[in-house]
Amino acid sequence: MTDSTVLKLNGLSKQFGPVVANDDVSLTLNRGEVLALLGENGAGKTTLMNMLFGHYLPDSGTIEVADTAGQLQPLPLGHPQLALAAGVGMVHQHFTLAENISALDNITLGSEPLFSLRRNRRAARRRVEEIIAQSGLNAPLDTPVGRLSVGERQRVEILKALYRQARILVLDEPTAVLTPQEADTLFENIRMMTNDGLSVIFISHKLREVLAFSDRIAVLRHGRKVGEMATSEADETSIARMMVGAETPELASAAMTPGAPVLTMSDVSVAGRSKRDTLNGVNLTVHAHEILGIAGVSGNGQSGLADVISGLAHPEQGLIKVNEVEIDTLSPAAMVQAGVGRIPEDRHREGIVGAMSVAENMIIERLDDGGVQSRGLLRREAMQANAERLAQAYDVRGPGVNAPARLLSGGNIQKLILARVFDRAPQLILANQPTRGLDMGAAAEVGRRLLEARERGAGVVLVSEDLDEILGLADRIMVIRDGELHQTPGRDREQIGLMMAGEPA
Amino acid sequence: MIRIEPRQTQSRAFTLGVPILSAVIALAFAAIPLLAAGANPIAAYAEMYRGVFGSVFAFSEVLTRATPLIFTGLAAALAFRAKLWNIGAEGQLYLGAMAAVAIGSGVLDVSGILLLPLIVVLGAAAGAAGMVAPTYLKTRFGADEVVTTLLLNFIILIFVQMMLEGPLQDPMSLGWPQSAPVLEQGMLPPLLERMRVHSGLILALILAGMAQFMLARSVWGFRLRAVGENAAAARHAGINVKRSLYGVAILSGGLAGLAGVSEVAGLKGYLTADLSPGFGYTGIVVAMLAGLSPVGVVIAALFIASVFVGADSMSRAMGVSSFLADLVVSMSLLCVLVGGFVARYRIVRASTARAAS
Repeated sequence: MTDSTVLKLNGLSKQFGPVVANDDVSLTLNRGEVLALLGENGAGKTTLMNMLFGHYLPDSGTIEVADTAGQLQPLPLGHPQLALAAGVGMVHQHFTLAENISALDNITLGSEPLFSLRRNRRAARRRVEEIIAQSGLNAPLDTPVGRLSVGERQRVEILKALYRQARILVLDEPTAVLTPQEADTLFENIRMMTNDGLSVIFISHKLREVLAFSDRIAVLRHGRKVGEMATSEADETSIARMMVGAETPELASAAMTPGAPVLTMSDVSVAGRSKRDTLNGVNLTVHAHEILGIAGVSGNGQSGLADVISGLAHPEQGLIKVNEVEIDTLSPAAMVQAGVGRIPEDRHREGIVGAMSVAENMIIERLDDGGVQSRGLLRREAMQANAERLAQAYDVRGPGVNAPARLLSGGNIQKLILARVFDRAPQLILANQPTRGLDMGAAAEVGRRLLEARERGAGVVLVSEDLDEILGLADRIMVIRDGELHQTPGRDREQIGLMMAGEPA
Repeated sequence: MIRIEPRQTQSRAFTLGVPILSAVIALAFAAIPLLAAGANPIAAYAEMYRGVFGSVFAFSEVLTRATPLIFTGLAAALAFRAKLWNIGAEGQLYLGAMAAVAIGSGVLDVSGILLLPLIVVLGAAAGAAGMVAPTYLKTRFGADEVVTTLLLNFIILIFVQMMLEGPLQDPMSLGWPQSAPVLEQGMLPPLLERMRVHSGLILALILAGMAQFMLARSVWGFRLRAVGENAAAARHAGINVKRSLYGVAILSGGLAGLAGVSEVAGLKGYLTADLSPGFGYTGIVVAMLAGLSPVGVVIAALFIASVFVGADSMSRAMGVSSFLADLVVSMSLLCVLVGGFVARYRIVRASTARAAS
């Protein structure tokens, strides 16, 4: 590794209306280095990288990129093609691959001359195979991308960038979709590539992997760079403090004695439309004073399990008891009636009706309740009072309780849902990916509420793809894979990771 | 490059101003073909104005024309609020009209006072049935109601023609395909002497007011709005989406059926196959112009009725085609749709477009 600089961002600023996304951010990246860009959601990481890649035009500041001779050249701003040509490659969180054509075609697509009668596929394949040999990024080249696993798709995405001769690779939250083992492989591959001179910026908010795999760490908060250090000098607490500005709230999770079962599922099977919502003979019991964590790689039946507990699914077979009372006909209304509080996975799609007011969204699950209606007419004063009380108690901030709920930020939408759910003191709570996409402060708040409910005597089913979250909150952990639930023998990260990936425990 | 993004807030003046401005712009555009037809647009519009507000009779004609449009406009507006795309108001109108003459022309021996309420209720029920069937196909088999309701219009119209040459034909009609007249005690009483405007208008206005109130203030309206705005969230929250759809299907079809009842029992007195010059379809335009608001439907129906009535008298006075009325109505719809788009979205340069993430 040499110390020659390949990228310099000089005082980049970007404002969206009243929101300052980036304020005078300067960064340098050296040849062969892995720079981790850390920050909460909304800290401005993605905006910064989008300016580098030419998607956004900065309000002020300049970018310099080293040419093939290692000389820094100013990069014209706001032109993705020029950024590509200068050797900047970006792998987005959501892949940009065409699912119906092969991996090889995806990699070469767009790099060929537009008006050429014949494609030189053999040469292209040779070059891709060369890159694979150098980087260790293995992917079946002839399979349509639609049939590849998420990890393989990501490798195809990176290969595509390398094929276009990227010398600087930006990875936006690359591990969000991977199992721990896949993530480890990815980092090994990145190491091999940086040894060959590639420079990598990787965006993340997972402290553990940042500490383990980066050379240098830059932390953004509210659009400013608040810290930069060599990884060898960093530790988890100091970075976390930089990210949130204060000590991360500690979650008090003293062991509690589980009480009576609040949810029993015996041999429940759901024939879903896809693997995501299919369950095969699931058995599970959740007790009062207990948080059961459901870990698993995305799309292994989590939706199916959540749909059953939400009352949305129609199981083929099996017995479901809430508070030891059998539920004959599953429906969302029946589950709410039985005392189940549900925090849906997709809060925008299933959690709120965006066009309706915050106050209306707060009562949407209790329309039959005399507290909010009488003889079929809404009691508007009661609705208003209820909304103001809940907004206060759960710190729901926004343009007011009578504004449409879609105007709230993601964190405040989640708080609205928490308020609606927890205010009814449910005996059983389903929290499906409750902190996905939330910043650390809002995520900590969700955790605190779940622990509070557990203390009060509720049972919680916590479905999450973030193993750290489950390890931090759950009393007991099960792994979901291919629609089946497996009991974990303990709380060992490595072992749970292996179970998620399908290895025998 | 430009990008289109939703506005965060919509001002009240904007929501009110856009339809009015659209109507004005539509009239301005319609001046072009008027000029082409050799007429002076200002004189033509003056004639049009006279045809609408020139006399009590003129205005009463506007009210008469607006009555069925309020019913079909409400039918479309309520259904569309729940994202149930009822394009079949035309057919449901004929079902209601058919029920009205079937019961009202003396087939049933009902005492005088009861006949009119019976006609109204059964006419609405017939229209409702015409919408419940497509809703069943939609919820049970996923059949697109746009297709089923639209195609049912033609089936129903042909069925009406068949009935008018068969069981429903008036034996006194000398072979004309028309039904027997509704009995005197089954008619909606007129509102003004020697005018055609009838009490169907009062019924329409009451129903519009009720619809407005129920949408905003009742649990039923809450459910309907939730289902229309986000069915997935409504279902997740425990709202019975199917039941809400059936509820709104019954109301929407029923309102369209009442349009038929009101035309037969308020105006014509008997049923022919050309009872409606497309009131069902124009009701969709009314609902869109009104921004799917029931009170707005009343205003939009009055506007469209005045354009039609005014254009009629204009064409008589100026010697231009009365198809110009259709032109103005179509153009105001286009202008409102564009205007509504401008009210909801703004167009920005791409480089400054996306929000911070």
